[in-house]
Amino acid sequence: MNQHVTAETGDPVAVEPAASQDVVRLVDLKRRFGATAALDGVSLTVKKGEILGIIGRSGAGKSTLIRCLNGLERPDSGEVFIEGREISRLSEHELQPLRRRIGMVFQHFNLLSAKTVEDNVALPLKIEGRTRAERMARAAELLQLVGLSEKAKAYPASLSGGQKQRVGIARALAARPALLLSDEATSALDPETTRSILALLKDINSRLGLTILLITHEMEVIRSIADRVAVIDAGRIVEEGAVWQVFADPKSEITRSLLGGIRPQLPPEIASQLVAGEGTETILRIDVAGEAARRPLLSELSAGVPGAFRLVHGGIDHVQQQPVGTLFVAVPGADARHLAAVIAFLKDRGARVEVLGHVAGPV
Amino acid sequence: MSPVLFELLLRSIWETVLMTGASGLISLVFGLPLGLALVATDRGGIAESLWVNRILGAVINGFRSVPFIILLVALIPVTRLIVGTSIGTWAAIVPLSIAATPYYARIAEVSLREVDLGLIEAARAMGGNRWTIIREVLVPEALPGIVAGFTVTLVTLVGASAMAGAIGAGGLGDLAIRYGYQRFETSVMVAVVVVLIVLVCGIQWIGDRLVARLDHRG
Repeated sequence: MNQHVTAETGDPVAVEPAASQDVVRLVDLKRRFGATAALDGVSLTVKKGEILGIIGRSGAGKSTLIRCLNGLERPDSGEVFIEGREISRLSEHELQPLRRRIGMVFQHFNLLSAKTVEDNVALPLKIEGRTRAERMARAAELLQLVGLSEKAKAYPASLSGGQKQRVGIARALAARPALLLSDEATSALDPETTRSILALLKDINSRLGLTILLITHEMEVIRSIADRVAVIDAGRIVEEGAVWQVFADPKSEITRSLLGGIRPQLPPEIASQLVAGEGTETILRIDVAGEAARRPLLSELSAGVPGAFRLVHGGIDHVQQQPVGTLFVAVPGADARHLAAVIAFLKDRGARVEVLGHVAGPV
Repeated sequence: MSPVLFELLLRSIWETVLMTGASGLISLVFGLPLGLALVATDRGGIAESLWVNRILGAVINGFRSVPFIILLVALIPVTRLIVGTSIGTWAAIVPLSIAATPYYARIAEVSLREVDLGLIEAARAMGGNRWTIIREVLVPEALPGIVAGFTVTLVTLVGASAMAGAIGAGGLGDLAIRYGYQRFETSVMVAVVVVLIVLVCGIQWIGDRLVARLDHRG
């Protein structure tokens, strides 16, 4: 609010440089549908040039959230700033020129079947009132960018899902938007096509410096292209941060559950044998990230705390060029002091350690 | 068939084509916007206005529930006001158009309703206004259905125009009743039926071809 007012007074000293970099700023957004709160006080910022991923289960409120950003949905209360301008109370007519600053890509592509690929791509420019020559030149340029130049005269029905989404992306970029919204853009695509579409979005982000806000229910999408992630559940942002940090140290149950598919988990046959009390082996979960994951942790452990241990499961992954790892280690014996020494040694070196339980024999 | 009867047949064909064509065109010009208005003013439409929607719906239903032969007679004062006479081919075009317009409006409405709401949302997200949505999304996307529906309307009008003989409009139906039936000219009756079959098949064939060319939904 502050910087918005000061920006209007034109006082150059009072304008915070950081604030002018925010393409999107949401303040305490609320929206109810009947008895359910789709958005229950969401505050978020998206900085210029970054890719923010919003992840949540279906029904968590992410579709409502993304639609508030271009006024397709109106919040009951709260504020939506796009490039510093509050838009949630603008009329439909006032929103129209503003929406041209925001491209949108849809899960089901939403291409017009009666128009050729190039006419689909050029439609935002037709809405802007550009001449046909300008429109066709820009469409050709964009189709080249997404690698579909040879399909310019084809109709969408003859394209594959991945090609349709490329056209959708080209169309969203046609009017040179300041922000690209991606509404589950890869959810209807197979894994291989998903990877190529995500690579294209990432490429557009780095080449054009375009700010992207995407919503998804797949952690893999977040991991591949997002810089920051916000986890939404029941209309609230429950966790937010740099992707690798959230992957390394998820704070909320919902984040852990969403990460379940792509982070190492204790194999179920071992998990089912865990007991709380005594056993011949203790199973530890060791989480490492950043610096802690770059050091030779296991050799240091065997040198520093004499005694055998066994690697049961796990691995080191790389997220945003940062190592993020989870190791499951079995420490033999019932010696509580030895176990405490191992845990202390690991914690000393920046690892997070959790005693999962004990097993009766080697597993 | 005598040359006189043959000439009569040719004239009747022309009268039928004229009545069908003119009233078809008028029903397209008024029915399509009416169909658009029905879709646009409905709940969740691009110009939602439920009371307008209900009034439009009621008027359309009212006209559609009156049998054509009754409409033909009931509209005589209106016809006289518009055409200047209540008898003849041009006079028949008024009730035919008034009957076909709400009929076609409903058919167009069905096609327009089938347009994926995601496409309308995409056009709104691009900054399009209502007119953009109508011109770039609703009409082009529904066009195959709009044309197919127009074909159905034309064929229905061929049948309805036969009844217009009741107000002296001429046409093939009138010819069949007066010569084929009342004067036992079986050859006239057969000729009329054959011409009607050819006419209807021709309209349907052209309509189908056009739809096939317009439909890119794959």
